[in-house]
Amino acid sequence: MSEELFVSGHRACASCGETVAVRQILSVAGENTIAVLSTGCLEVVSTQYPETAWKIPTIHVAFENTAAVASGIDCALKVLDKRKGVNVLAFAGDGGTFDIGLQALSGMLERGHNVKYICLDNEAYMNTGIQRSSATPYSASTTTSPPGKYSSGEQRKKKPMGAICIAHDIPYAATATIAYHLDLKKKIKKALETEGPCFIHVLAPCPTGWRFPSELTIEISRLAAETGVFPLWECEGEIKNLKITKKLKERKRVLEYLKLQGRFSHLIKNEKVINEIQRMVDEKCAKHGL
Amino acid sequence: MKLILEGNHAAAYAAKLCSVQVVPAYPITPSTHFPEKISEFIANGELKAEFMLVESEHSALSACIGASAIGARTCTCTSSQGLALMHELLFIASGLRLPIVMPVGNRALSAPINIWCDHQDSISQRDTGWLQFYCENSQEVLDLTILAFKVAENVLLPAIIGLDAFTLTHTSELVDMPGQKEVDELLPTYKPAHTLNPKNPMTFGSFCTPDYYTELKYKTQDAMQKASEIIDKVFAEFKSKFGREYKKIKSYRCEDAEIIFITLGAISGTARIAVDKLRAKGEKVGVASFTVYRPFPSKELLEVMKKAKVLAVFDRNISLGFSGALFQDISSCFINQSEKPLILNYILGLGGRDVRVENFEAIVESSKKVLKTGLFKTPEWIGLKEELV
Repeated sequence: MSEELFVSGHRACASCGETVAVRQILSVAGENTIAVLSTGCLEVVSTQYPETAWKIPTIHVAFENTAAVASGIDCALKVLDKRKGVNVLAFAGDGGTFDIGLQALSGMLERGHNVKYICLDNEAYMNTGIQRSSATPYSASTTTSPPGKYSSGEQRKKKPMGAICIAHDIPYAATATIAYHLDLKKKIKKALETEGPCFIHVLAPCPTGWRFPSELTIEISRLAAETGVFPLWECEGEIKNLKITKKLKERKRVLEYLKLQGRFSHLIKNEKVINEIQRMVDEKCAKHGL
Repeated sequence: MKLILEGNHAAAYAAKLCSVQVVPAYPITPSTHFPEKISEFIANGELKAEFMLVESEHSALSACIGASAIGARTCTCTSSQGLALMHELLFIASGLRLPIVMPVGNRALSAPINIWCDHQDSISQRDTGWLQFYCENSQEVLDLTILAFKVAENVLLPAIIGLDAFTLTHTSELVDMPGQKEVDELLPTYKPAHTLNPKNPMTFGSFCTPDYYTELKYKTQDAMQKASEIIDKVFAEFKSKFGREYKKIKSYRCEDAEIIFITLGAISGTARIAVDKLRAKGEKVGVASFTVYRPFPSKELLEVMKKAKVLAVFDRNISLGFSGALFQDISSCFINQSEKPLILNYILGLGGRDVRVENFEAIVESSKKVLKTGLFKTPEWIGLKEELV
């Protein structure tokens, strides 16, 4: 049993999905790893001066530039002849990736840096109190997309971040979620063994923001995959190489996933929206053969 | 070795002599010739560095921060909007105590958009914890860039070197190039105590509560003050090695001056011509120009200005809603002195408007009028086109 590189004592909410993901990832990456952190829950809960939960070197600079900082690290290691065998990871949330971080990420992917960018997606700006991001799924309630008389929650669909990264002609991209930790770890390993920029999109359920009891984090992560809401795939190169890594014998109805989460509770009597969500998921899954 | 170099190229040669290791760059007028020259050096094998063509200035400085934290010597170059875009990162770089060096082609800020010289861009960053040096010619650009690396790495603070848009960035002048061996002696390999190193893991850029923030800022301020002493030492070392003397404030004919012009950047040369003309007419005038602006050289200022009756501070910038920045900084130095000169503020040269010898000459008469009447405005605008306002 190897040593934990992300230790207890941090200030995350009980059963935070992100911290589970980080431990899974570091168990594969090992101690010869440097991580860049974006401003967000992970950074704020784990590095409160003068303590740190990290037993690997980490740097936090700002919100939107995780990929740019990681790029600088990649180049500096090269020029100092220290690049070999060192993993450079970039951790950012959905806000810091899909929205404010998109430019820096695009630049890093385009320049081909040997950085493994991991988006820990909890589908909203959680650290600032649950505001919507472009990763917030259709109809979810957030503090800036609340349901009301004239609204049924978030009106936009989740930005197709995976496709955007793949379109940058990168060697490897994948989705993963914490319930399927073997799948996640395999993908991290593959990314670490691939030369060049890789994008791993990890769905990390948030009990506080999604409003579910903390013992359900893993269950909800599993249901996200089992309902096809968050298909697990990997892609080596062009999008035509995309393949599902978790095939579903029988795809569960989305309602099983939605009904456990307070952020969808306003949909209880809203058959129209629930059917629309099911239709959207059906359409997406048909494309992937799920 | 003597070369004819424009300011941008002088800065690039300095970076090459300093064996800079990582150069992230983004183009902006008028500093583009810096990364272009660096890329030539690398393409010809004259400089072994990683050159990163990033997708914005914000990413350029971000990459510098990452690279510097690994322990690489790093620099970038920008102007105006690019520097403004980096704003949050300037505070972060100094807060993380990273000795990043950045020549800045001093250019006016939008709106309206303007590519010519004034000092608003880097002056507006004076709060950020970066050392600030200002140049008057290509030689100073070269020398001060090298000196900036040395001081920055000693005190662990980043440094800006200001060079006037076009007047310095694009004007070619004779430069005495120091030898590589001598520069290596002045500036050995960068070996910081704290880096991102898996063999000795550390967390950079923590989350910090009110319990510790103040003390961390105090330590950065302390480093700024230490920089003041280090700058003197490094200037002395530079003089003994290369024969050129630098002072925090360059004082010209100030010893018995009654009126002292205070300037920043290339207009200092114009001011000295005016001083010579005025002295020939019997006027007791002098020029004091700032080579070091941050840390602010209060001690040197008080010494130079000892006997003056009037300080005419020429600001090629304006802190809108109040006055020029240099004026504010200088005034606060004197506020608690029992004897202080009359301090007047003149705004001039904004957006690249030409600054002429006559602009300085005219101030002598108006200063005398002020001394008599006690009437003046803060600030006064030089060369304002009344018909347009």
